[in-house]
Amino acid sequence: MNEPGHEQQSAPGKPGEVETTGHVWDGDLREYNNPLPRWWLWSFYATVVFSLIYWLLYPAWPIAGTYTKGVAWINYEVEGEPQRSHWNSRALLLRDMQTGDAAVRQREFLQVIAEADHDTVLSDTDMLAFVNSYARGIFGDFCAACHQTGGAGIIGLYPNLADDNWHWGGTIQAIEQTITRGRMGYMPPYRETFDDQQADAVAAYVLSLAGHEGGDPEQVSLGGAIFQGYEGGCYACHGREGLGLKSQGAPNLTNDIWQNIDVTGAQSHAERQALVRDLILRGVQREMPAFGDRLSPAEIRVLATYVHQLGGGL
Amino acid sequence: MSEQYQARIPIYPRSVKGRFRNLKWAVLALAYGVFFLLPWLRWERAFGPDQAVLFDIPGRRFYLFDLLVHPQDIFWLAAVLIILALLLFMVTGLAGRVFCGYFCFQTLWTDVFMAIERAIQGDRGARMRLDRSGWTAGRLLKKGATHAVWLGVAFLTGLTFTLYWADAPALAAAFFTGQAPFAAYATTGLLTLTTWLLAGVLREQVCTYMCPYARFQSVMFDRDTLIISYDRDRGEGTAGRATLRGGGRDLAARREGGVGDCIDCDYCVQVCPVGIDIRDGLQYQCIHCALCVDACDAVMDRLKWPRGLVRYTSEHALAGQRTRLLKPKTLGYGVPLLLITLLLAWGVAHQAPLDASVSQVRQPLFVRLSDGSIQNSYEIKVNNKTQYPMTLEVRVSGLDGAVLDMGRIEQVTLMPEHRTTLLARVRYQAPPGAARQQALVFELVPVMPEGLDPVLVGSQFILR
Repeated sequence: MNEPGHEQQSAPGKPGEVETTGHVWDGDLREYNNPLPRWWLWSFYATVVFSLIYWLLYPAWPIAGTYTKGVAWINYEVEGEPQRSHWNSRALLLRDMQTGDAAVRQREFLQVIAEADHDTVLSDTDMLAFVNSYARGIFGDFCAACHQTGGAGIIGLYPNLADDNWHWGGTIQAIEQTITRGRMGYMPPYRETFDDQQADAVAAYVLSLAGHEGGDPEQVSLGGAIFQGYEGGCYACHGREGLGLKSQGAPNLTNDIWQNIDVTGAQSHAERQALVRDLILRGVQREMPAFGDRLSPAEIRVLATYVHQLGGGL
Repeated sequence: MSEQYQARIPIYPRSVKGRFRNLKWAVLALAYGVFFLLPWLRWERAFGPDQAVLFDIPGRRFYLFDLLVHPQDIFWLAAVLIILALLLFMVTGLAGRVFCGYFCFQTLWTDVFMAIERAIQGDRGARMRLDRSGWTAGRLLKKGATHAVWLGVAFLTGLTFTLYWADAPALAAAFFTGQAPFAAYATTGLLTLTTWLLAGVLREQVCTYMCPYARFQSVMFDRDTLIISYDRDRGEGTAGRATLRGGGRDLAARREGGVGDCIDCDYCVQVCPVGIDIRDGLQYQCIHCALCVDACDAVMDRLKWPRGLVRYTSEHALAGQRTRLLKPKTLGYGVPLLLITLLLAWGVAHQAPLDASVSQVRQPLFVRLSDGSIQNSYEIKVNNKTQYPMTLEVRVSGLDGAVLDMGRIEQVTLMPEHRTTLLARVRYQAPPGAARQQALVFELVPVMPEGLDPVLVGSQFILR
């Protein structure tokens, strides 16, 4: 390839002909001169100036382990404490969540709901819609780790909140109390008290309470005697009819809902009986921590209303 | 070495009178009338603002006279955009850059800015002399006055645009008392600046350098497209164009001698707002404003020669052939245009008064209750799109024995333009052997006002 040569710049002669720059390659290749408009150049300089100002104001250049922070600042509050930092989008978000229009309106409506009585909230579609949407976030942050998103729980570990069966009561007040103070659920182990035969008998009786046919009638009747008698004393918490006692967190045994053992998933009566017997022998000890110091009363209020609605029932 | 960057070559368009100029003034008057007055037009509504046209962004509603547009109607926007695009393509294929020449904001506002400039600084010759003169007090005064009036028009343009997004009288009052939201000042300020810049300073450079439509419209041209063209055969004859002095004043004698009808008066060049010579043929800069047609017609009228040396014509017509308007391209744009327009009209006419959606709660999908029945939960979203309050009942059907539990909510009253979310639980005592998944229909039945059709939304019920 030849070095570019030079010739006189050509000005357009006939219409449609274009000026050339005067560069010539290979003897006959010429470069058209279509110069950019000068305002375009100015626009380019303007963007350069803009970026310089931007670098000066805002976080821009990474330098080793840190970065240039810029001279613009942002004031915001965290839990009432005024804070000031260089401008950054996280602080902007914090400020919006504290003092943004939507955040203020949300807090105001939360307060309205917290001050309304339960009946009003449960009968008002707008309040319920707010409760369900607002409390879902709290539930996700504080409850879902154990109770799972949606409150289905895990059998043997964490109770199901989406059904209508409540150990400690399903009224909003009872749920509020559960959240605020936490709960200690305890059933003593009967390992030392019952022999295998007795444990089998009580298991058969308990299954019959829940409507599971197929137990040996003799076992059931023996189990009933133990359950209702001094020997077992089960009635003290679960009640004479097995309906449970909410003040103790003692579950209702007459329905087919099982929170600790997967009775409904078992294939045979013998399997079911073994599950119940093992539970009686090892007992149950469970704790739900108190959230009274972590959530505000208003938050607990909407959370309790949300949980109450998940499954219904009392 | 030539200049790397080219300074703008100043254009001093001369004023012209004629039929196309009159048509353009009429279009301008109509466009300005609509744009500047529409926000002030009041409109009676049962509910909502009393402004005829209001784009309420925070409320997520567009009010267009008696039509209320919701975010769910976003498809209308798609239809409107398709219609506008097809219309532009079809009109451009038929009649060239009609949009650029008569309707484009850039053309309309530049026209007004040029008229202001002319009123203050005088016509072409006076403006050229002014620019050549030194920086005298008179020049400073005239230039300053021009920019001041331009900025005034630009400010009114920006403010008017802003008024479409809020209640116009209230916002205007708030604007001048410093009470308006920052967005109002920012929008007005930005549009004032850009209007002044684009219509006053940059002008034809917007069309030639910035506007993509200007460039791709020529793709739709064909030999039947109406273009503004110089009749080269008539203008140049066989011996080329000649001035009156060189070629004479007598048309017959000129033609005898082969001299063209163009008297090279340059009037068509002087009136051109983009600074081209139409006699060089079709050029990408040409916005088809037809002012050169008016200029040439004026000259021909004065000479009592026939008009039309520069005229709307097509390449086929110039070559002595017939211009076909009904061509495959016209049909190709026209038929979809008609279909989409009908579809949009149908959509607007059949706007549902009530929007509803049902989504099943998926965590957990189902739960067993203490009485042995299965419960599924659903989230129902309802949106009252009318301008009157509406009371609804929720029912389920399609699954015998299914019981709906809405807690204490028996009826839902939705204020106009209001929406809410409801939690619905459905319980079902499944017969043995029932399939895992059952169909279920939610009925949203308006009880007040009467006569509205219930909205049916299908869903499913999961047993295990």
